[in-house]
Amino acid sequence: MVPLVHVLALSAALFVIGAAGFVFRKNIITVFMCIELMLNAVNLAFIGFSRYLGNLDGQLFVFFVIVVAAAEATVGLAIIIALYRNRNTLNIEDLDSMKM
Amino acid sequence: MEVLFYIFAALAVIAAISVVAQRMPVHSALSLIVVLCSLAVVYLLLGAEFIAVIQVIVYAGAIMVLFVFVIMLLNAGREVPSHRSRFAHWLGAPLVAAFLIEVLFAIWQQFPTESTRPAASLNAGPAAIGHLLFRNYVLPFEVTSILILVAILGAVVLAKKEF
Repeated sequence: MVPLVHVLALSAALFVIGAAGFVFRKNIITVFMCIELMLNAVNLAFIGFSRYLGNLDGQLFVFFVIVVAAAEATVGLAIIIALYRNRNTLNIEDLDSMKM
Repeated sequence: MEVLFYIFAALAVIAAISVVAQRMPVHSALSLIVVLCSLAVVYLLLGAEFIAVIQVIVYAGAIMVLFVFVIMLLNAGREVPSHRSRFAHWLGAPLVAAFLIEVLFAIWQQFPTESTRPAASLNAGPAAIGHLLFRNYVLPFEVTSILILVAILGAVVLAKKEF
């Protein structure tokens, strides 16, 4: 069986890569995908703890995180489409004010 | 079985780096699908069959289709690099590496390899998940349905033509 620390190390690596992409990327859709990557890293930590503590609650939390991620992706992409209609750009350096 | 974990863990990390490194959003999206599918295999190896299936269906299926659809709808092309700060350009990667090492060090100190033994058995079939979901987590489940309703309405309102 894989040691818990290896699962957590994979989770940490994915989270750090996602956080780096969130800061480095300029395209708003890519930034959004990096958020999904970070959510998945957290899910992996939940699953790992669920396995090693013998407790199913962690998997339920992952279930809820996936549902919230789906809702977030729907609304976020709708906002991106609305922004693109108004500004005609996807570069976050040009999307620095909330006013339409 | 352990070998499979390390193979798919390496695949997930490589694909995650690809998500961040690609210039084209479509390539990033395809790399993210690879990450999600290899994570589904890792979940399977960790005994979370139901979550692994949900991961493939909801994440790799529904959410990523939405992403690819929006990328194609907005015709998102190659992103233009900005040369605003040379300082940030050279300091970014070492800072990320330092952050990763710090997190790994904290995890290593908190959970040494010898001290964590896996639980003997974990029944994580859909029946067990369903029992837990509809007994202990009924209220979060119902609140989630309201959240999804609000998300649907929000998406429809935001994506309307005249907004």
